[in-house]
Amino acid sequence: MTDEKYSLADYQGAASTLCKACGHDAISASIINACYEMQIEPHKIVKVSGIGCSSKTPTYFLGKSHGFNAAHGRMPSIITGANMAHKDLTYIGVSGDGDTASIGIGQFMHTMRLNLNMTYFVFNNGCYGLTKGQVSATADKERGTRKYPASHMEEIDLVRLAIISGATFVARGYAGNKKQLVEIIKRAINHKGFAFIDVVSPCVRFNNDKSSTKSYPYMKSHLGEYGGESIITQEEALAALQKIKDDNKVPTGVFYENNLVLDAHDMLQTTSTPLRELNEDKLCPRSSALVGVNNKAR
Amino acid sequence: MAINKENKVNDVLIRFANINGSGSLSANSLFTKAVFRAGVPVGSKNIYPSNIEGLPTWYEIRVSEKGYLGSRGKDADVIVCLNPESLDDDVTKVSRGGYFIYDNIVKLDDNKKRNDIAYMPMPFTVLAKTEFDSPKARNLMKNIIYIGALAALVDLDLDILKSVILDEFKGRDDVVVQNYKALELGYNYAKSHYALPSKFVIEKRNLNKDKILFSGNSAQALGAIYGGATVLAWYPIAPSTTSADAFAKYAKEFRIDELTGKKNYAILQVEDEIASIGAVIGASWNGARAFTTTSGPGISLMTELLGMAYFAEIPAVIYNVQRGGPSTGMPTRTQQADLISCAYASHGDTKNILLFPSNPTECFEMAADAFDIAETLQNPVILMSDLDIGVNNVTTGEFKWDDKREYKRGKVLSAQDLEEMEGDIARYKDIDGDAIPYRTYPATHPTKGAFFTRGTSHDEEALYSEKAEDYKIIVDRLKDKWRTAEDYVPEPILERKHDMFDVGVLYFGSTKQAVDEALDMLEAESIYVDAMRIRALPFNEEVEKFIKKHNRVIVIEQNRDGQMRTLLINELNINSKKLESILVYGGAPITAAEIYEQMKELL
Repeated sequence: MTDEKYSLADYQGAASTLCKACGHDAISASIINACYEMQIEPHKIVKVSGIGCSSKTPTYFLGKSHGFNAAHGRMPSIITGANMAHKDLTYIGVSGDGDTASIGIGQFMHTMRLNLNMTYFVFNNGCYGLTKGQVSATADKERGTRKYPASHMEEIDLVRLAIISGATFVARGYAGNKKQLVEIIKRAINHKGFAFIDVVSPCVRFNNDKSSTKSYPYMKSHLGEYGGESIITQEEALAALQKIKDDNKVPTGVFYENNLVLDAHDMLQTTSTPLRELNEDKLCPRSSALVGVNNKAR
Repeated sequence: MAINKENKVNDVLIRFANINGSGSLSANSLFTKAVFRAGVPVGSKNIYPSNIEGLPTWYEIRVSEKGYLGSRGKDADVIVCLNPESLDDDVTKVSRGGYFIYDNIVKLDDNKKRNDIAYMPMPFTVLAKTEFDSPKARNLMKNIIYIGALAALVDLDLDILKSVILDEFKGRDDVVVQNYKALELGYNYAKSHYALPSKFVIEKRNLNKDKILFSGNSAQALGAIYGGATVLAWYPIAPSTTSADAFAKYAKEFRIDELTGKKNYAILQVEDEIASIGAVIGASWNGARAFTTTSGPGISLMTELLGMAYFAEIPAVIYNVQRGGPSTGMPTRTQQADLISCAYASHGDTKNILLFPSNPTECFEMAADAFDIAETLQNPVILMSDLDIGVNNVTTGEFKWDDKREYKRGKVLSAQDLEEMEGDIARYKDIDGDAIPYRTYPATHPTKGAFFTRGTSHDEEALYSEKAEDYKIIVDRLKDKWRTAEDYVPEPILERKHDMFDVGVLYFGSTKQAVDEALDMLEAESIYVDAMRIRALPFNEEVEKFIKKHNRVIVIEQNRDGQMRTLLINELNINSKKLESILVYGGAPITAAEIYEQMKELL
């Protein structure tokens, strides 16, 4: 422990302004612990978030890293651009179920297809916390929140969706099980490609009734875990997920881990030097090349 | 057949009426290039439908020794018609004493026959069928046959056309031979059946020595390469798509690492324009030069994130090839109608820097400069091209580059800067008094320089704040930064300075061709007005001086609501009664005749 270069403090951020017992704070703590245990250079982490209670959290962890609190549903495109500029940093994207499953669903899908090398979190509480309690697209079909009635619409299971949409590492964690979450995060960060972590993170203010599958009481009695071998096919991943659901439990664990797919930069064949470090010598063809361009245009 | 009167040398408007998707564009472009090689200024305009194949399309070639390359209007001196559907209408558009070349498989209606033009029926289909074997060859070579006939009509040296064909199909000898054959077929038939050349002749000159034939879209893509862009995120949209294609082509040519074969760039065709601008902002934030190319509807989608880039002070470069609006509008027609939506994109108080190129040469220069400007001012910069400049090949000044030029990255603190400074970065503080703060790229220094970028209100240390005082410091500084930007954007050009009348004309962008010609027409009648060409927003102080100096100021633009006029009133606090408008907005490029007539009415 004393040989470490970085202490836990090097990974901490500002004090949280979220509600007491909000699940998100446990996730922040898990991110801090995971990065600390991995001893990643703190300033070489880039954190981008959308808008929502979830997206406030990057202020509460990794204070030495640059952060970007972007626009609602648009974290994926921002972090894609950032990743293009410098492929060798560690990219952490934080989003919520409103941010990702509604307005952000398009960018979420296409960034998975890109297999962008990043860790993408959804802090999932089945509601819109910051705007005071509306149901989200991941909320239980027939159950409303403390403030709003049920949607009666098909709920989106982001883990299922991620498995079939190009993500190459798919997991679900739970704010009430930090030990498991820290391990999931470490594996996700190590994974070269799009790593998706859906974290059940109860909203104590608007959606913590025991009838909600995203509440502390429900999770306490229905927590399921996949602890088996690494799954490398989509079909097996879906099956493992379904098996736990059939047992009337909420599936947590790493459900899919495919290391054979090229990540975005490999697919794009970008040069080994991060693009932002290229200078005029590499980028500007200069006047000599213009001779040819001009001549071809005569 | 009309008797040739006195020759009109190097002064002709040729219009082709084709069926789109038939390969005519390539053939017609060959002719444009041949005229260029004959040393005469030439410009082409492609008038095409929003369709893939089967509908009428027109292509105009304006040959002008005097350099008048703008759209001339409804009438053309020579019309080559290969589309029976538009034929009756095309006949009405031949100028008096002009020529109508058409395929003789079409029987003309005697009732509609004009006696003030010359008809030249030609066996295009018949010749193509008898002389070429495959259906594909017959379809394509039919076009080259009419090019040959046209060459005979205007006395254009066939050798020049052959040299263009040779370059176009280099390495494909059989194709070259086939094209030569078709060319000669058309030329010889026309020559042997009609008294040619006509009075419209093209004589060789040497006026294109330091010029090239280029389009705005290709030029701006080249500008992005030269300007150091490493990331392009884009979504297909007419008429900007060819710009993205051109960037990909130039990147393949100029940006492959010699040793490894890997790419010194990344091109992402993303899922929509919101993703485009998001990626541009993310890449720019993280230290790369990034851009997107789009048109009006794309700009509308981008507005939320443009506001974020404005407020969070992140560089962003956007090329807007404007088209007919609003909404889906006219995807293949031209307008200059996105000025307000670009200048003030986004809710809240926002302002974007706009650049107004007038030709492909300026597209190249401004496309490259946009990155320096965006990074220096830490603001979005939008290059305001349009369909007329973007898709058409025109004679324009050759591209030049100063090899000593270094990219202006703006105020970016390095690891060393951070190490040497006392304390840490205050991201949004005005240190130097020019309203531009300092930024850092992510991962610069182990313990210093990190800050939070946010679209929410913030204080000078980039901390979240809802306090009125903190908010006002930021937005008031942004207003000052707007004034600083005046010094970094292209200056207006006083194109005409006569000081004889109290009338001044303000214009910008693609209207330049028609304005130049119209002003010459007026001067030929001893009407001398001053003219200033605006090249950027924010407006240089010379623009305000120009307005103040003249009693009457006429703003010429291609939109219904006089958007440039509105910007001038709003930005410079001009009395609205001072600025009058000449507005052309039907989707066809503005013509000198329209400007001339409206000026005469106003004056």
